[in-house]
Amino acid sequence: MKLSKRLSGLSHLSSALVESSLPANISYFWNFGSILGICLVIQIASGVVLAMHYTPHVDLAFISVEHIMRDVNLGWLIRYSHANGASFFFMFVYVHIARGLYFGSYTKPRVFVWSIGVIIFLIMMGTAFLGYVLPWGQMSFWAATVITNMLSAIPWIGQDFVQFVWGGFSVDNATLNRFFSLHYLLPFLLAGLVIMHILALHKHGSNNPMGFESHMDKTRLHDLFTVKDIHGFILFFLLFSFFVFFYPNVMGHPDNYIPANPLVTPAHIVPEWYFLPFYAILRSIPSKLGGVIAMIGAILILLALPFLHTAWVRSATFRPIHKFLFWIFVGNFLILGYLGGAPMEAPYTIVGVYSTVFYFSYFLIINPLVGIFENVMILLFSFRKRIKC
Amino acid sequence: MSVRLGLLALSGPALYATVSSAKKMENSDALHAPHYPWHFNKPLGTFDHAALRRGFEVYKQVCASCHGLSRVAFRNLVGVTHTAAEAKMLAEEIEFQDGPDENGDMFMRPGKLSDYFPEPYANENAARAANNGAYPPDLSLMTKARHNGSDYLFALLMGYCEPPGGVEIRDGLHYNPYFPGGAIGMARQLFDDMIEYDDGTPATSSQMAKDVTEFLSWAAEPEMTERKLMGLRAMVLMTFAAAATWYIKRHRWTVIKNRKVVYNPMMKN
Repeated sequence: MKLSKRLSGLSHLSSALVESSLPANISYFWNFGSILGICLVIQIASGVVLAMHYTPHVDLAFISVEHIMRDVNLGWLIRYSHANGASFFFMFVYVHIARGLYFGSYTKPRVFVWSIGVIIFLIMMGTAFLGYVLPWGQMSFWAATVITNMLSAIPWIGQDFVQFVWGGFSVDNATLNRFFSLHYLLPFLLAGLVIMHILALHKHGSNNPMGFESHMDKTRLHDLFTVKDIHGFILFFLLFSFFVFFYPNVMGHPDNYIPANPLVTPAHIVPEWYFLPFYAILRSIPSKLGGVIAMIGAILILLALPFLHTAWVRSATFRPIHKFLFWIFVGNFLILGYLGGAPMEAPYTIVGVYSTVFYFSYFLIINPLVGIFENVMILLFSFRKRIKC
Repeated sequence: MSVRLGLLALSGPALYATVSSAKKMENSDALHAPHYPWHFNKPLGTFDHAALRRGFEVYKQVCASCHGLSRVAFRNLVGVTHTAAEAKMLAEEIEFQDGPDENGDMFMRPGKLSDYFPEPYANENAARAANNGAYPPDLSLMTKARHNGSDYLFALLMGYCEPPGGVEIRDGLHYNPYFPGGAIGMARQLFDDMIEYDDGTPATSSQMAKDVTEFLSWAAEPEMTERKLMGLRAMVLMTFAAAATWYIKRHRWTVIKNRKVVYNPMMKN
């Protein structure tokens, strides 16, 4: 008997991966999903090898990372792949999400796919943060201190909860150990969610640049999209190799090559570049609890997006106003990223407030209103046409 | 499509600006080191091994009395700055504590290739006591642990000067515009002809600063040459693979790309 018949889940997955068909008109922007799959594979594979040589102890973690870099055969390649792999994972996930925003991939019937995606993004951020702590450099330690301290903003139980997370009264060995454990656990949760993401997508098929129902013009996944995806992988590896081999530390912070020292605070504590837009939102709200809520809300608001979508038309291809505002949103997001790394002084703080307000109003006000406006325009034009006939 | 591509192209520099802005904001009170044309910082640049050997000499004779190089072992020098026999002799010059022996006592023995460079002080407190309260940092990762590390290091070593008017420097500190805060515990260390190079290169202070910067860049990234060589191979391989897969993709897709979609309305009313 065929293996796929004995394992029904396997046949679902294989049909999603091999036998399914996809809209013929999807562009290279639809390659990012499969490339993100490759990113997850790179991270898990390199991570498992790194864990064989890493020691999660405050006195040894930094030294063990240097041991990997200097003494383990090709250890530098494995570690640089893992560190840059995280950056690339985020770079590509941002494009992947932006593609969904632009072409309305979050609308019915793909709300569930989108929702799983948002959860994946959240867990990814958690995993990346936990992993950044492990080398136990200055930025690791202080980022861990700053980020875990955000939990103390929870009313009533805040301080107790932070100490529960730390396993002590400060970020210390217990914290490092549990972060290592969770950093090893979460990627497998991610892998499970990714499989769910693919299976849920398979139910209705991919969206496409035109935004029409995906059964209108379908082509087979294998071989057409297999060769296209492989071409995407190669281009990804070309870019990835450029950073891993020639500029491996460009996306990192030099302070993380200084061993963690709880007695010396770095001049500026900045998170990894991929957290900067959300860090800017956190800092734009004057109250601690408000900032934390805004930062988490900035991600969770994506879950509400399908329900805030008022336009009858799905894709930005046929929505000129939405198209324009989408790029304004992207620009605003990059500005937030810039502000996240800027010091807390004029004019950065006030720009940060405006950018944060725009970020939320884009989802809550602008997007729904533009949709309604576009619907009215469609009605008006179709009405005029009917009169002419 | 072209608008989209244009904006995508714009987002690259914007992303770079985002990343680099986070870095430029650091240590805004210190003077930025100029960009020097380090050959080893170029994408395909390698280390000059004669300079590495001179740089080791500078480290050993000038820096090592206060700064450790704890991540470098004598075996790492073999084939880089010294031959195996020379590195062995260097190691044997130093006595290391080993043990316990069969009686449970610690004993001293000459160094071996597998030994790491000795620490100049027993612990941080001893280092601070000997240096007016300042703690000379370990140099193993120095060029990676500072923004534009090699530029910074060279500029710092050569940057000692009289403090400008109005700047008070406490006793025991020294003015250096490249150091965050401007006041550094370390005095100027490099002076013309203070050491003699094996290979007869004139030991000017800038020559020594350049050589020791190169040596410490190697100490921070000993894998650099291997990495870049492998990177070159990867890039060439991937470029050919990209061309091949692009051709195959186009070939397979011709059928789809050359379709003609015709709309035939059943009836006109």
